[in-house]
Amino acid sequence: MKITLEKPNVLPGFGLAMGFTLFYLALVVLVPLSTLFWKSATLGGGALWAAVTAPRVLASYKLTIGASLVAASLNAVFGMVVTWVLVRYRFPGRRLVDALVDFPFALPTAVAGITLTTLYAPNGWLGAPLEKLGIKAAFTPLGITLALTFIGLPFVVRTLQPVLELLDPEVEEAAASLGANRWQTILRVVLPTLFPAWLTGFAMAFARALGEYGSVVFIAGNMPMKTEITPLLIITKLEQYDYAGATAIAAVTLIFSFVLLVAINRFQSERARLGTTD
Amino acid sequence: MASIAVRARPHVAPRATSEPFLVKAVLVAVALAFLGLFLVVPLVAIFSEAFSKGGAPFVAALHEPMTLAALKLTLLAAGIAVPLNLVFGVAAAWAIAKFDFRGKSALVSLIDLPFGVSPVISGMIFILLFGRQGILGPLVQALDVKVVFAVPGIVLATVFVTFPFVARELIPLMQTDGTEEEEASRVLGASGWQMFWRVTVPNIKWGLLYGVILCNARAMGEFGAVSVVSGHIRGQTNTLPLHVEILYNEYHFQAAFAVASLLTLLALVTLVAKSLVEERGGPTSCQREEDQ
Repeated sequence: MKITLEKPNVLPGFGLAMGFTLFYLALVVLVPLSTLFWKSATLGGGALWAAVTAPRVLASYKLTIGASLVAASLNAVFGMVVTWVLVRYRFPGRRLVDALVDFPFALPTAVAGITLTTLYAPNGWLGAPLEKLGIKAAFTPLGITLALTFIGLPFVVRTLQPVLELLDPEVEEAAASLGANRWQTILRVVLPTLFPAWLTGFAMAFARALGEYGSVVFIAGNMPMKTEITPLLIITKLEQYDYAGATAIAAVTLIFSFVLLVAINRFQSERARLGTTD
Repeated sequence: MASIAVRARPHVAPRATSEPFLVKAVLVAVALAFLGLFLVVPLVAIFSEAFSKGGAPFVAALHEPMTLAALKLTLLAAGIAVPLNLVFGVAAAWAIAKFDFRGKSALVSLIDLPFGVSPVISGMIFILLFGRQGILGPLVQALDVKVVFAVPGIVLATVFVTFPFVARELIPLMQTDGTEEEEASRVLGASGWQMFWRVTVPNIKWGLLYGVILCNARAMGEFGAVSVVSGHIRGQTNTLPLHVEILYNEYHFQAAFAVASLLTLLALVTLVAKSLVEERGGPTSCQREEDQ
């Protein structure tokens, strides 16, 4: 039970602020978004099912979800190392590196897209050495994964960082004084504490990657069945005036990411609730 | 006794709470290699490509009329979206942070919605709403205004994708501030707006600035949503990110990167501003704790 003082609030402006908030929210977000479901409803069940399960659509789901999972996993591993290094160690340029972590958030996705494509193209700075090893990056699922890794990079670091900063050193000292070696302390004391934030960061990077368009579309190659991501397929259908098909795919994508986000929110509020009890 | 006390300095074995030097060095190297590969190399590549033919073509690409038209439209879209979402953010944060009501967490989730929507879908919903086959299509045609594939559509999509930024920064900030200072000002006879301008705004100014910076960066850089509603009419419905795409797809790589470098500068300025705001915001929040 949460305890709230049931006192009358003397502050003014609730009516005005709340009224404007709800009006603007409805106008800008809720009404436009609801058109998606309204339009899907007019399709009818059979057409809807056919539209979202066509082989080309299924292939795009597989690619998008697969590449997003790999990218989010890469970020989970390297994001943990980066966070650890940024919080625990002192080295020259640490603050600059810390600020740079947000670069993928701040950089327009189209710029990221053309830059990564140029870098990983067969004659690019990174593409040429890879080509010598027989690895093609640009215009393949590997290129898509690299782009999704770029845009998801800040999520894991930024969710882990505050948690690791607040982790009381006494906990680790206690583990050490009880005879744990450093490795045991990290594995059994530090990582379990970080795990919820780690999972949240992973899920956020994954969710972002699922809908990503700008940074991927240049490097993807966009071959149907092979390197066509779901957001691009939606655009293709829109350009062919197949609004029904585009809407159906969009609705599926949207529901999937909402379920993911609700799960993240639940998980976070659960964590906050457990955190406040002690 | 005294000699024992001197010898018995608290001594924690360094191995107990930190890693051996070699492990540290390897971890730092791995982190820097990862960030170098994914962040620094692309950053260097943008400017290297932009200046690949020297300074003159770089300047020429930026002075091109189509680039300037795209810049104008980008500034216009951000100039409308940022103030609107700023006013909304303050209003929403005021209602959510300072008052108790049912359904608050649901409202917060609804405000976050646009973050969970793919940029492509964010643009598409405005086509479904205002397009020729759209729900409000007949109305828009009867009024003889163009929304989709025109400037209003671009502005709407930009407003949608940048909707949560300011509110999201302000809600936690205003929640930690509490209501005591505002209540005190009311007791001392301040009017509602006096209280707002002299108590609330000074308390939230750094968070507000940070929210505006983030909102602006996204407004100027948005690509997917704007791309769907724009129709890519040169000189009319092209924003800077869309202009980058067109130049790139027409193999004007150097020009594309010249324009891209402009957007990259915006991103770097955003990062610097963020660091500065965090530094400024730090001491004041500590001070606040001291006051309590």
